[in-house]
Amino acid sequence: MDLKLKIWRQANANSKGELKDYNISDVSEDSSFLEMMDQLNEELIEKGDEPVAFDHDCREGICGMCSMHINGEPHGPENETTTCQLHMRKFKDGDTIYVEPWRARAFPVMKDLVVNRDAMDRVIQAGGFVSVNTSGNTLDANAIPVPKANADEAFNAATCIGCGACVAACPNASAMLFVSAKVSQLALLPQGQVEAKDRVLNMVNQMDLEGFGNCSNVGACAEECPKGISLENIARMNREYLSASISSEK
Amino acid sequence: MSLTGLFLISFLIVHLLGNLQLLDLSVEGQEKFNAYAKFMTTFPVIKIVSYLLYFSILFHAFDGLLLVRQNRAARPERYKSWKPNANSVWASRNMGLLGTIILAFIILHMSQFWYTMHWGEIGMDSQGNKDLAAVVIKTYQDGSAGMIMVSLYVIAMAAIAFHLWHGFASAFQTLGLNHKRYTPVIKTVGYAFSVIVPLAYAIIPVFILMAKN
Repeated sequence: MDLKLKIWRQANANSKGELKDYNISDVSEDSSFLEMMDQLNEELIEKGDEPVAFDHDCREGICGMCSMHINGEPHGPENETTTCQLHMRKFKDGDTIYVEPWRARAFPVMKDLVVNRDAMDRVIQAGGFVSVNTSGNTLDANAIPVPKANADEAFNAATCIGCGACVAACPNASAMLFVSAKVSQLALLPQGQVEAKDRVLNMVNQMDLEGFGNCSNVGACAEECPKGISLENIARMNREYLSASISSEK
Repeated sequence: MSLTGLFLISFLIVHLLGNLQLLDLSVEGQEKFNAYAKFMTTFPVIKIVSYLLYFSILFHAFDGLLLVRQNRAARPERYKSWKPNANSVWASRNMGLLGTIILAFIILHMSQFWYTMHWGEIGMDSQGNKDLAAVVIKTYQDGSAGMIMVSLYVIAMAAIAFHLWHGFASAFQTLGLNHKRYTPVIKTVGYAFSVIVPLAYAIIPVFILMAKN
């Protein structure tokens, strides 16, 4: 198939970028979107042009690195799909495809389609962990009883791969779905209870410091999430935050 | 936003029930409405609640403005290609715009009736109460100005309908109330509320205009 691409090109974080037009021919319908980008880059390199910089890693849909905003949606038109798992058969011969980086103040563009997602790491560092005593008498996780429903919910929340599609999709560039998934996965388990109050307060505080927008319950995040993280997590975080705010003495 | 929003929703019900009395345009009906208006402006408990209401409207509006500003700042560079309808409904993304229309209407509405009732020039009915019913009827029946007022009223009610379409269920989500069984019920009630209540309001001025001889 032959395609017309409009790709965001930006030399570095400080330069002004723009959409540039590219034509690409003989794209296999069975190739993934990233393979199509590889094909384009090979052509660019052969011509002596600068290849398009984009994030990618596992190409199995589990690492969260690939981050393109394709035709107006994060990770393109397919639901619950990362860009690496998006196949070119979802497009038609002759289509024009827009490819842009995630857009958010908290995700500055570093080059072309690569954005800096360190803000999410700093939110995790603020509380997205459990402190485990490693003195040698650590209790095995499977020795601690967990209700089945909670275990399932915690697991669902933990499937968040931190790709940032929720932020990219949100009209407010809010990171609430990401942060709430990370708060939920620990809030639902006994191991997470010890630091529960500090965790939610610190993570929400860090989220605000990073310059993400506010949640107005639009729901675009959950629709675009490649892992199907649900809005229930945001409600759970709101409950956690409310009760921690009232009862925490910090 | 959620607490003031839910309080404003409860106000919508009370205000509607009171004002549906205007569907009785007989002399007795009008006098009954005037007596009701006097009660609503003088009874101490209602007065306290009304101050809470003014505060809620202002807080909701200022907080909303603040959120819109912060949220715009959170995405300084816009997408060139953006398909929001693929993942969300229009009303949820335009609460600020809808709220602005509603606030403008509230200012107009209060200057027409609330201000007149308290400090404006207003006649008395045969029972010795301020004749607010006459003011209302004149506002919506007075020639082309009346037509414009009825139109603005209906537009404002449409804005409230869309605002509630998202806002009703959203308020519960913000408070952390999301439940597999109850949330679908809250959403259904919210959608029904957002259609029925603004529609019932809109019927009042339209009915008054059509009742013109």
